[in-house]
Amino acid sequence: MLENLQSLIPPLDWQQVVVDPWSNSQWVESMWVTGMGVMVAWACGLVGCFLILRRMAMVGDAVSHTILPGLVIAFLVSGSRSGWVMFVGAVVAGVFTIWLIELVHSRSLIKQDAAIGICFSALFALGVLLVSRYADKVDLDQDCVLYGEIGQIYWSPSVAGVPEPAFSMAIILVLVVLLLAAFYRRLTVTTFDPGLARSLGISTARYHYGLMTVLALVVVAAFKAVGAVMVVAMLIVPGSTAYLLAKRLPTMLGLTLVHGLVSSVIGFHLGQWLNCSTGAAMVTAGVGLFFLTWLATRITRLVQRHASRHHHDAMDNDHTTFTRPKGSEPDPHPVRGATR
Amino acid sequence: MSTVNYSRRLLPALLVLVIFCVVVPSAHAARPAEFVENDVWEQMMRFLSLRDQGVRLVLGGSLLLGIGCGVLGSFMVVRKLALAGDALAHGVLPGVVLGFLWNLTKDPLHLFVGAVISGMLSMAVVTVLKRTTKLKQDAILGIVLSGFFAIGTCLLTMGFGLEAGHKAGLDHFMFGQAAALDHLDIQAMSWVTGVSLVIVALLYPKFLLLSFDQAFASSLGLPVRFLHQLMMLLLTFSVVVALQAVGVVLVSAMLVTPAASAYLLTKRFHIMLVWAAGFGMLSGAVGALLSFLGSGLPTGPLMVLSASAIFTIVFCFSPQQGIVIKHFRHVNRQRRVVLENLLKAVYHASERDAHTSDGMTLLDLAKVKRQTLDTIQQDVGGLVRRGLATLSHDGDVLYLTDAGMSRAAQLVRNHRLWELYLTNAADYAADHVHDDAERIEHILGEATVRDLERRLDFPSVDPHGSPIPALSAKS
Repeated sequence: MLENLQSLIPPLDWQQVVVDPWSNSQWVESMWVTGMGVMVAWACGLVGCFLILRRMAMVGDAVSHTILPGLVIAFLVSGSRSGWVMFVGAVVAGVFTIWLIELVHSRSLIKQDAAIGICFSALFALGVLLVSRYADKVDLDQDCVLYGEIGQIYWSPSVAGVPEPAFSMAIILVLVVLLLAAFYRRLTVTTFDPGLARSLGISTARYHYGLMTVLALVVVAAFKAVGAVMVVAMLIVPGSTAYLLAKRLPTMLGLTLVHGLVSSVIGFHLGQWLNCSTGAAMVTAGVGLFFLTWLATRITRLVQRHASRHHHDAMDNDHTTFTRPKGSEPDPHPVRGATR
Repeated sequence: MSTVNYSRRLLPALLVLVIFCVVVPSAHAARPAEFVENDVWEQMMRFLSLRDQGVRLVLGGSLLLGIGCGVLGSFMVVRKLALAGDALAHGVLPGVVLGFLWNLTKDPLHLFVGAVISGMLSMAVVTVLKRTTKLKQDAILGIVLSGFFAIGTCLLTMGFGLEAGHKAGLDHFMFGQAAALDHLDIQAMSWVTGVSLVIVALLYPKFLLLSFDQAFASSLGLPVRFLHQLMMLLLTFSVVVALQAVGVVLVSAMLVTPAASAYLLTKRFHIMLVWAAGFGMLSGAVGALLSFLGSGLPTGPLMVLSASAIFTIVFCFSPQQGIVIKHFRHVNRQRRVVLENLLKAVYHASERDAHTSDGMTLLDLAKVKRQTLDTIQQDVGGLVRRGLATLSHDGDVLYLTDAGMSRAAQLVRNHRLWELYLTNAADYAADHVHDDAERIEHILGEATVRDLERRLDFPSVDPHGSPIPALSAKS
């Protein structure tokens, strides 16, 4: 009964959860795990902001799933496990997914949401099947696909003293930031006003597919860290949290970075405490932050509404401001709050 | 009204059939996973002959999940809520894991209660976020989907600290293992499917109205919100039923893919329901069979791939909308237009010398059409094969047969009538009507032509002064 659940939740030991990971020799490992989380959240979050604004969040979901068959097929075709082959496979798979969704959607009466559902699940099923069939050859397994292995990142082979996944993630992060800086204005125009963009001579299709390519790159780098499903959270949750607070794009991007940092740090310790998958814990922390932000905006809204109501009541009772011209009839239907 | 009655009779009948198939095989039996792997054909015969209890359980489970997901998924597809089904499917994970951890057994009741609570909670979160924030639907679904999944994964991986035996039970929730279904599961599944199908059958007209015209439904005073919640509850039911066989990650495919295939085949919703249930059951059964043959493969992906294969076939070959069928129809139509234009050219030539000559050389034809002789020869071959024309012995001169002549006259008639119609009725300038008529002449039907003729008071010349061939040209 309930004892089962309680026995799973260890007591919150400050020393063990917060202090120990950063003391002695453990701090290197903790730093890599947390740092990887931050990098994943930043790269995904920045791209995710544009997905949210373009109402393509579920396309991000689809691409993050269909990366899997791309990876496995790229491996099976080339027989090499090198990073480049994997990236190529993933990008091809990502763009193929977009193309497939548009094919199903434009060539039949099927609506876009159903087309997304059909295409990504078919490709993901193919990927899972290939992984379970060739698990021994590909260095992926079902657990990695689902939960990611960010917790074990320190133990993966290293490049120049840096764990390999963190190395490629860092490159991707830098690439994303550079691309964003270089194409910021045009990307913004194509996102907010495609019509204006076209009239300015900017190819919206090019930016669409460009964004999809970057999405595929980011997802493939993040995929092994947090798993196929939770990449979606990394893409969408930081941006959405920022979207609740921000009114301008630069603010939104900035808040996304803050969210990514905070949720990764909290998530790491949450994972230490509950002894569960670190990736899942980071996402849970991120969702928790989203929830708190939502709650805060609701409370602020309520308080403001309450305050403004008092304000209007005071205005209505203050008759001196509404003096009627002499000789005119009183208004038979006074409208309360009309001065607003 | 008749459609409603039809479906009312049909759904319970299907339901009784399924439950009969499923509950009859009772008692505990060895599971397919425990069988020694033999020859593929032998295994297949073993599956198809339904000798083993285990096979019957697996098959019953897949049929049940197919029918439930197909029916409820159809509503989701026509309501454009396909991705909400995806969010719901991921949203049940925390509840399922908690239900499992409750007393560390795969008790169907606990799983069911946990899954329903957390699934409905995920849908409630979607509704609340949609109402209280400026976030768009897709972002909300993404947050709920991945958030609930992450929480579930946290719980699940916490549970991995348990002994290995329990861990195995948890593993199957992700990608499904139909072989892990036991008798109790099947019983629970048939109850849940039965109840949801009965509710759908009873409320069918109301659900139909809700799905196609929500505003009208609420103007009729239907409790729209309640019906929506009820539908979501039933959806959760079918997700839970499918859960152990397909797994959390891919359940949404069983909701969307069979229903979308059915959507391409018919325009009537009750027929779509039947197709969707059929496709669902078929892909469930094929998936179970494949997973039985290749030992140890997870069932979920196989079922989803079967459903996707069905979808691909329907997408290409659906009589109305299949892209291959549409392509061939298009090519045929283009070919017909080419040949008909050729007929017309011959007709025009013969018209110029007042129908005195009875043939046209291919060289002249090529000059008129401004095409190479080769192309013209090819196209003329098509005319000859269709019995619309004959060639002289040396193959140089083309003669139209009676059928060809009458078709050509018909086309010219269509063309000139349409030109006249555009100038008279639609006030087009006489030099602007040719291109439009050139396109429409090939598709005007007999009834339309008669109607045009009557409206134009049986004219004899077109706006350019050319005579409109009479119907008697056929003779």
